Amino acid sequence: MTFYSILFPGAEDPQSREVAEAPEFFRDLNLHQVVDAITAGKDIYNLKPLFYTYLPDIDVIAYRHEVLRDLEDELLLGNLKSFAQEMSKMRQLFADSSKLSDDRQKQRWFLEGAAIYGCAIAKLARDLSSAQIKARALSTFRDYLIGYVASASFRALASDTEKRQADLASIRYATLISGAGSFKVSKYRDGIDYCSEVERTFQKFKYGSGKDYRYKFRDLPHLNVIEAKVLEFVTQLYPGIFDSLTDYCDRYSNYQEKPIQVFEREIQFYISFLDYVEVFRRAGLTFCYPEITTDSKEIYSEGGYDVALAYKLVPEGATVVCNDFHFKGQERIFVVTGPNQGGKTTFSREFGQIHYLAGIGCLVPGRAAKVHLFDHIMTHYERNEYMINLQGKLQDDVIRIHEVLERATPNSIIILNEIFSSTALQDALFLSQRIMEKIIDLDALCVWVTFVDQLASFSEKVVSMVSTVVPHEPTVRTYKVFRKPAEGVAYALSIAEKYGLTYDRIKDRISL
Amino acid sequence: MKVCLLHPEHDYDSEPLPWNEQALVHDLGLDVVLAVMAQRDKFLFAASKEIILSSLATDVDTILYRQRVLQDCLKHSSVVRELYSLAVRGVERENKGYWSFFSKYPTGVLNRSLELIQMLLDVLRKLRILAEKQTDGFNSEGFRNLFAMLKRELTDEYLDDIRAHLQELRFLNGVLISAELGEGNKGANYVLRKSPSKKTRFLWFFGGGRDQSFQFRLHPRDQRGAKALGELNERGIDQVANVLGQSADYILAFFKRLRTQLGFYLGCMNLHQALAKKKEPVCLPVPVNANERRHSFTELYDIGLALSIRSQVVGNDLGAEHKDMVIITGANQGGKSTFLRSIGLAQLMMQAGMFVGATSFSANLCSTLCTHYRREEDETMNSGKFDEELQRMDEIVDHLSPNSLVLFNESFAATNEREGSEIARQIVSALAERRIKMFFVSHQYTFTSGFHGRKWNNVTFLRAERRADGSRTYKLVQAEPLRTSYGEDLYNRIFEHKLVPERPELELVTSPTGDQSS
Repeated sequence: MTFYSILFPGAEDPQSREVAEAPEFFRDLNLHQVVDAITAGKDIYNLKPLFYTYLPDIDVIAYRHEVLRDLEDELLLGNLKSFAQEMSKMRQLFADSSKLSDDRQKQRWFLEGAAIYGCAIAKLARDLSSAQIKARALSTFRDYLIGYVASASFRALASDTEKRQADLASIRYATLISGAGSFKVSKYRDGIDYCSEVERTFQKFKYGSGKDYRYKFRDLPHLNVIEAKVLEFVTQLYPGIFDSLTDYCDRYSNYQEKPIQVFEREIQFYISFLDYVEVFRRAGLTFCYPEITTDSKEIYSEGGYDVALAYKLVPEGATVVCNDFHFKGQERIFVVTGPNQGGKTTFSREFGQIHYLAGIGCLVPGRAAKVHLFDHIMTHYERNEYMINLQGKLQDDVIRIHEVLERATPNSIIILNEIFSSTALQDALFLSQRIMEKIIDLDALCVWVTFVDQLASFSEKVVSMVSTVVPHEPTVRTYKVFRKPAEGVAYALSIAEKYGLTYDRIKDRISL
Repeated sequence: MKVCLLHPEHDYDSEPLPWNEQALVHDLGLDVVLAVMAQRDKFLFAASKEIILSSLATDVDTILYRQRVLQDCLKHSSVVRELYSLAVRGVERENKGYWSFFSKYPTGVLNRSLELIQMLLDVLRKLRILAEKQTDGFNSEGFRNLFAMLKRELTDEYLDDIRAHLQELRFLNGVLISAELGEGNKGANYVLRKSPSKKTRFLWFFGGGRDQSFQFRLHPRDQRGAKALGELNERGIDQVANVLGQSADYILAFFKRLRTQLGFYLGCMNLHQALAKKKEPVCLPVPVNANERRHSFTELYDIGLALSIRSQVVGNDLGAEHKDMVIITGANQGGKSTFLRSIGLAQLMMQAGMFVGATSFSANLCSTLCTHYRREEDETMNSGKFDEELQRMDEIVDHLSPNSLVLFNESFAATNEREGSEIARQIVSALAERRIKMFFVSHQYTFTSGFHGRKWNNVTFLRAERRADGSRTYKLVQAEPLRTSYGEDLYNRIFEHKLVPERPELELVTSPTGDQSS
């Protein structure tokens, strides 16, 4: 069976589908931060386009969910990660050795690179064979790989490599340095390790682990004049070993396979995403497989959160606030109002991020989620940097909203954040109502963060969400957004709660 | 080689202080005690402080082990002081050489270590000679084992062995290194071999044409070559320089541990002397396991207070078996805080293996000791006072486990009594259920009487005594909480006797209930 791609089912040329630029809404939803974090340190794979590419295709999502479910097997995931590490180690080796001038050194690095490649491929074939693979993508690749490993060319490479390595490892030599600027080199046989003799004598004083006095020698890849001289003597002491190495390098100068290179890159889509997810899971935050619907708009999220924000909060040890949401029946639009700094924008991002991540076949934040298979996400967030003059800004707002509504379909997601905020309330109310009517007619899904309270009770399609703050400490942000406003708690007890010092919490905190 | 004067098997080294070190030192007035132990010696101060504060993990056997060592110290104080001064001499050898002269290169490390070990050999021999003289008279296993070990390990033969190695490591016959080819065919796994003597060297390299060998001689002006050859030499001796450097450190560390552990006992001897001079009683406490509940003592007093005032101090008696909590109420300046301090100090000192200030004392061990005292000022100004109190409590709860001991001094009173009592009730009830032992000094009648009303049999109530004329005895008696804390006394004394003019209208304003109608 021919193998093409583990991201796009049946695509012969998967790279042709990739989008090079981030979609427009990325910045508004802070998705660029998410993708930057996921792909950090993995530039050589050029992964960003894989995260920019959205196909509204339920089969692509299913194809990827299958892989993700297989990768829940920690052993398999670990094996794939170590495969990736080995391959990048090999690449680094070649990059480094190309800078060297000594041929005997280059040949040795080439041998090591081929050895790493051979071992990594063989091990991956074994690992995939023994794993419980259900995903179409992975089983096709596994079959391809097993065939390649069994081929004569691969087997010859492996055995020759092993032989050359064993020969080189058998070399032992001695150097005697005398004070007068001269040294001798000969083969070395057995003798006493004098250092351990000294160590034994002082053994009785040993206590704990001592300070490390070993000098940090600069290990440059190339040989200095003395090392080159010594190596020259060693080559003369063992001529046969070095002649066969030269033959080997000529024979296997080109050994890498194309499908393996494709796999190596595409598997990073999953690995890097799962590594990102792991950061959250370690902090007690959940990710889940979203259910995707094409007919219903009764979407929901349980325990979702803004991943870009959470990614910043987790290392600081700060609490990440989760916000649930759901639409029932005819409900299509969240109108979010309430005090500033209360988590309104965060909520709108959470909504958008969950949909986008679900759309590209990834896991989404939260304990459970159901999302609608959208065709476009369109956002309009107020941006301070576009402040020209008030009239120009209002005009700009209206033009942009108009564009959004022109392109939107009933399957689109529209996210509006504090538009018209620099306008007289009268204007804002009027414009908002007109736009609201249009979105309602369209039947698209929408989150609208606004200061115009009247929108919250506009129609039965609208759900009112309110951000909150701690009643007695208005400076403390809760980031919690509810369908209903919360009720206050008594002052002292609320502080006790803040510090986890109520009867129940203390009993939880101290175990018998 | 272990010193083992603080524990039968583990050799005490530097240990981290508990997280709440500052609070403990402050709340229990530890500095006064430490100052007497140290007699102006900064090292003794630090060592005593560290050992006292980090000994909460000791078990009953270890405490008894230390008590026996301490008894030997009190009996043979001059020998112990001599031993201590040898330890100090060993440690000070480190500062005798011009070590900064040596580089961080292996050669530098090697030469420094050669000299240092040479100097320490002499002190090691003196230690053994002192041990040889003290076979009898010491009864504790701690000292007996120490002396036996010194005699066994530091024989003249062994010390000569060390001298021979020091000579060999000057490499008069050149440096012989074996190697393999590592990454990129560079030399790797350099191992130093015992250098052949002149005669065997000839055999090794040229003998009977056994093996080929190649020789290279640098041009006298080839500086790059000389530097590279020097580096190869450094690589060859790197490991042995490391080993010798560490060995020198280990020997020094042995002297340091000896100094620290003896230093602690020296501190105890100093404290013992000072209390004896004041004719204050001391006793070796009887520790019981952490999961038991006991606090029984006679004439327990606050050593810190005793060392600070001229007159004799008042001691307290208590017989608390199977009690998880002691609630202390009563008159202001009736000795409640002093009592709480004496409880904390005795606990720390008992667990460190010291004597305590009492005629008899027995208590269960605690794994953690925490103090939660009402602070006078909110230093940070970040949060309200009540908030600050709970923040500290939060931190304490993070560190609690069953069998911890917590001393509360007027905690949770920085809000109105109803709320404060409720918080205190919740905290204390939960801690009690988690087997945490508590001493709680409180003025909050709602809280204290609430507990009294529950008739729990694991709670004891103490009250600061007051005579009929209103004067204090500073002695606590077992008695239930009373509604007033005698704040009236204070008021009367200050307002009546010092003739501060009365200002009734101000009283109305500051009255917490503000019942102006009455």
